[in-house]
Amino acid sequence: MNRHWSGFNIVSVVVGFAFLYIPILLLIIYSFNESRLVTVWAGFSTRWYGEMLRNQALLDAAWVTLRVALVSATAATLLGTLAAVVLVRVTRFRGRLLFSGMVFAPLVMPEVITGLSLLLLFIAMNLDRTIFTVMLAHTTFSMCFVAVVVQSRLVTFDRSLEEAAQDLGCTPLKAFLTVTLPVIAPAVIAGWMLAFTLSLDDLVIASFTSGSGATTLPMRIYSQVRLGVTPEINAVCTVLIALVTTAVIIASVINKRSMVQRERAEQLARAG
Amino acid sequence: MRSLGNIRRSFAPWSDANAKAMISIRNVTKRFGDFTAVDNLSLDIYEREFFALLGASGCGKSTLLRMLAGFETPNEGAILLDGVDLTGVPPYRRPLNMMFQSYALFPHMTVADNVGFGLKQEKMAKPAIAERVAQMLKLVKMSEFAGRKPHQLSGGQRQRVALARALAKQPKVLLLDEPLGALDKKLREETQFELTDLQYDLGLTFVVVTHDQEEAMTMADRIAVMDAGQIRQVATPAEVYEAPNSRFVADFIGSINLFDGEVTRSDAALTELQSPEGFALRMVDGQSRGIGSDLTLGLRPEKIAVTHTKPNSGVNAVEGEVWDLAYLGDMSIFHVKLDSGKIIKASVVNASRSGSEVFTYHDRVWLSFAEDAGVVLER
Repeated sequence: MNRHWSGFNIVSVVVGFAFLYIPILLLIIYSFNESRLVTVWAGFSTRWYGEMLRNQALLDAAWVTLRVALVSATAATLLGTLAAVVLVRVTRFRGRLLFSGMVFAPLVMPEVITGLSLLLLFIAMNLDRTIFTVMLAHTTFSMCFVAVVVQSRLVTFDRSLEEAAQDLGCTPLKAFLTVTLPVIAPAVIAGWMLAFTLSLDDLVIASFTSGSGATTLPMRIYSQVRLGVTPEINAVCTVLIALVTTAVIIASVINKRSMVQRERAEQLARAG
Repeated sequence: MRSLGNIRRSFAPWSDANAKAMISIRNVTKRFGDFTAVDNLSLDIYEREFFALLGASGCGKSTLLRMLAGFETPNEGAILLDGVDLTGVPPYRRPLNMMFQSYALFPHMTVADNVGFGLKQEKMAKPAIAERVAQMLKLVKMSEFAGRKPHQLSGGQRQRVALARALAKQPKVLLLDEPLGALDKKLREETQFELTDLQYDLGLTFVVVTHDQEEAMTMADRIAVMDAGQIRQVATPAEVYEAPNSRFVADFIGSINLFDGEVTRSDAALTELQSPEGFALRMVDGQSRGIGSDLTLGLRPEKIAVTHTKPNSGVNAVEGEVWDLAYLGDMSIFHVKLDSGKIIKASVVNASRSGSEVFTYHDRVWLSFAEDAGVVLER
């Protein structure tokens, strides 16, 4: 590894990170702006955070988003974990390649297409667009992310653990629940967090699949911005960034820690 | 039959016609796609027996063990335990337990929870579980580690916990998949005797899969030598070593020198071969062979004597040149090149600290062996 901080390296890092984070930094800074005008600094204030908390429409949207994220992340984790188990365990069945391709296709599918196809489906099914349809849509697109995370953990899972549990008297289902699930839990939790944050900040798919009374926070923000950006929006966004960042950090710490533990255990096993 | 080796066994239900087999494997075949892992195999294993399935990797021994445990289903044939057909009985209802090669200890549970896991599935009362767990941990000398997690244990300690866990449910039969494969040599040798003592004391039936012949010879009452999904010979360690039934088994177990030859004289007592290398081999065979038929004499290295001078009798003696030498402490290994170019392995026990005869490279030496030292193998 190259440890030297050459001039070129420093410039690359600074430019890269500036490019990534200056807009977000500006947004956060201006959320503490006293002035109503977004681009003119008039002193530090938390006024807009108070204003935000008095904005009932915004709070309602936040509540909708939270409910959607909780339900869809949980459902996606359930389905995604099951898909991962099948993909890892059943290595040979008719159409496995097609199945794995179809599980992972939504990862690269343009959101507009996912949203539009779901909308068409809901219309065809004569399903009223409510908060429920948004939950369904979010489950659909985030379960493949869960499947990827859980699958990568399951690949290194020692299958004989589950066989040992069966040998000692567990049915296959009970063996999975008492042995496999606790061991792969960090990956499942990380998958849940990922699904949660994906749902939290989705605008496109929610716009297609939600109806009246089911406006999510990103939709609310988007529609308010079209009428003009207020520092209040900056405040909401700052809160969202804080939430998402925390979730992502927790998820990666959990994953990283269990990985380190696993590696240490494996090293010990080899040394022992 | 002549007694073989210097250990006599009082336990030999397999030679008793009235003894009933505990495990009866009947014409079992297992195929994976085009590959036949176990090929029309039949085998009886008796109660309290320590039975070893020995073979190279891919010979089907693990598949056979997994069929006993219930993780694989035979395509044909049946496996009976005490006369009850096990086909279709899932692993969690079989009265046998398995110790896995990787030990498969549950990483999120303590040692005590691991050992008690099977009892908990039986819905045994908590105090009874605690008592049995303590008893099992004492048995494998792991009592002070009850509260540890598997990753805090050494390889040898994990092996003991895995054993305790498999024994906790007091199974009729314990299946062991390469039980000592992950241990280093010294620990492995100690554990081999511990396992046999444990098996004897508990009066259990053990079926062990191993690729290590020394392990099989040390521990087992009987060994099944497997190759390509079939059993080549089932016999006691001494029989497998001293009276292999084929070139394959002779070659697989230990090291052996093989001399091909043509029968020149044969009666019920002695058979004489003329080898293509140009010397005569005379041995006790016990049956009359056809003159002119092709046979092979198998001769273990430790049954060959190495001397500087030609032995008096003159039979079963051949001259060669010392090609390679190795001093191993307890014995020395000689590679002697005959004039025909064939290399013969001989090993000499170093019974005294200073050798009675001293050899070095390129010495001319005589190799000789007794008339009952070799085993006759058909080709």
